[in-house]
Amino acid sequence: MAIIARKPYDFPPADSVEHYHGDQLIYMCWGHHLMFAAPFMTMASPKTSFGEFLKTALEPIIALDPDAAKVDWTKVEWTRRGKAFKPALDKSLQDNGIVHKEYLRFDTPGLNTVCG
Amino acid sequence: MDTKARQPKLGLREKYRLLTRDLGWDPTYQTRETLYPYAEYEGIKIHDWDKWEDPFRLTMDAYWKYQSEKDRKFYAILDAHAQNNGHLNITDARYLSAIKLFLQAISPGEYTSHQGFSRAGRELPGVGTQVACQMQALDELRHAQTQIHALSNYNRFYNGFHAFVQQRDRMWYNSVPRSFFDDAMTGGPFEFVVAIAFAFEYVLTNLLFVPFMSGAAYNGDMSTVTFGFSAQSDEARHMTLGLESIKFLLEQDPANVPIVQGWLDKWFWRGLRLLSLVGTMMDYMLPKRVMSWAEAWNIYGEENGSALFKDLARYGIRKPKGWEDASKGRDHISHQFMLGLYQWSFGTAFHGWIPTDEEFAWLSEKYPDTFDRYYRPRWNELRKLAAAGTPFKNYGLPMLCQTCQLPCLFTEPDDPTTLCHREVEYKGERYHFCSSHCQEIFDHEPEKYVQAWLPMNQLTQGTSGGGGLENWMKYVNLVDGQDNGDFEGSQDQRNFAQWKHNSVSNQA
Repeated sequence: MAIIARKPYDFPPADSVEHYHGDQLIYMCWGHHLMFAAPFMTMASPKTSFGEFLKTALEPIIALDPDAAKVDWTKVEWTRRGKAFKPALDKSLQDNGIVHKEYLRFDTPGLNTVCG
Repeated sequence: MDTKARQPKLGLREKYRLLTRDLGWDPTYQTRETLYPYAEYEGIKIHDWDKWEDPFRLTMDAYWKYQSEKDRKFYAILDAHAQNNGHLNITDARYLSAIKLFLQAISPGEYTSHQGFSRAGRELPGVGTQVACQMQALDELRHAQTQIHALSNYNRFYNGFHAFVQQRDRMWYNSVPRSFFDDAMTGGPFEFVVAIAFAFEYVLTNLLFVPFMSGAAYNGDMSTVTFGFSAQSDEARHMTLGLESIKFLLEQDPANVPIVQGWLDKWFWRGLRLLSLVGTMMDYMLPKRVMSWAEAWNIYGEENGSALFKDLARYGIRKPKGWEDASKGRDHISHQFMLGLYQWSFGTAFHGWIPTDEEFAWLSEKYPDTFDRYYRPRWNELRKLAAAGTPFKNYGLPMLCQTCQLPCLFTEPDDPTTLCHREVEYKGERYHFCSSHCQEIFDHEPEKYVQAWLPMNQLTQGTSGGGGLENWMKYVNLVDGQDNGDFEGSQDQRNFAQWKHNSVSNQA
């Protein structure tokens, strides 16, 4: 569907990647860990390796959860756009095909202290 | 000299005709299209504006008389409240979190409605509608004004009231009501009237005003009760006009029905998302509770709403699409929202807190199927952390919904253990939503919502104070350590206890 307007109606999106000074947004959701009320909005350079991104951008903010220290990133189950996803930890976000405003969900089966 | 013959007093009907309908005219040197350029582009067809009925038959002279009488009473009570330290009669200073939220989120919306109805009154070609919109525009302005005046009494004593104007535009949670009203304002005049007069005022106002005003009464807040009473008769008129407007649109042309249905689907859901703030206030913020959100939804949503849509079925209107999901969320939304507000309370201009044991018992009684199973364990964990001196502060920025702008904190309608998430790609950009219905609203007019000013995204772009939490707090006029954080140990808590004590003892 398209908006009904009296004149041509075309405005640039407010969150396109050029607004982020070389970085990109990545949304991260930890499945079944609802102590965190909402998915996180994180930011990193597309050239950062995925492993480095997890360590610097994600680990500090999930550290509050009692399960955080036990997460083994090599065993985490990832979902992207509704499908299973296998990112390589040593490859960059870009090379893993993780675009600006990508939403990634990670599940850690068997690890659920509060919301299990 | 002859005595002058007295004019017979005008009857209500005749007066209404002369002072409203008779004020219109047919333009001769301009076309109607030039005068009313926004009247047709939305696709609504009106064949006879005279069929628009105003059940109140209110004329401007009578309007001024009623309103000035109400204002006189209102300001007399407000003065008494100020002179008698009415602020010390509230049940607990915690209660004020609800009122701070009201002032920041709802009162500016009254002002926006004033602007919107002024515009609708100018752009809709029917004279009866123009007069009704003019009155409603004045009502909304008066509501904004009386609310600001009533709550300014609290601003003298408590934190978090001082910057509601700036916070309306800058504070992350206030972008929810702000975007709601901006969305309505940037629709055409018919959509605006359906959005505000019908979907908001008629379908949802009871869920806002009844709990708020009775909540105020239960908690000894005379000043809020007073503006509530002063607004009540206006609200009754708005609701009736909202219903009349909708019936008028539906009766004028069958082609209007699907357009109106689309607007009802959209605005019901946007309104419901906005009211999740109210549900949270009812279930968590009132020291003395009135009723739970679930009970309010049952009465004002289920019962009244079902009767209304049954009545509209003869025009071919069905319940809004989001109705079923709204019912499924009934026992969850307030808990999910308050858990969020607690962990982000370092960034709110009101206080959060962990409920007491007594409150846990109340929540568990009101939400027997959900509280103990899903939410008590999380609150227990939060308690444990707070007791250990490491309160749970979530410094991760939440992902916001592109449409309603709330953090995506609600769960799947059929799975309370999974956060609900929908996403689409539009012109090469990815967009995320808190629910199917927010996504549908986007899909319908993507050109509009790609422009959304999402506070968290702006923060990371560096446009909100220049980056960093401290700069952001300055930017939103949040005084760290006073306006925000846990109620336990706050200045509001200390002052209230001290002043209450002083009022009944000889201690200075």
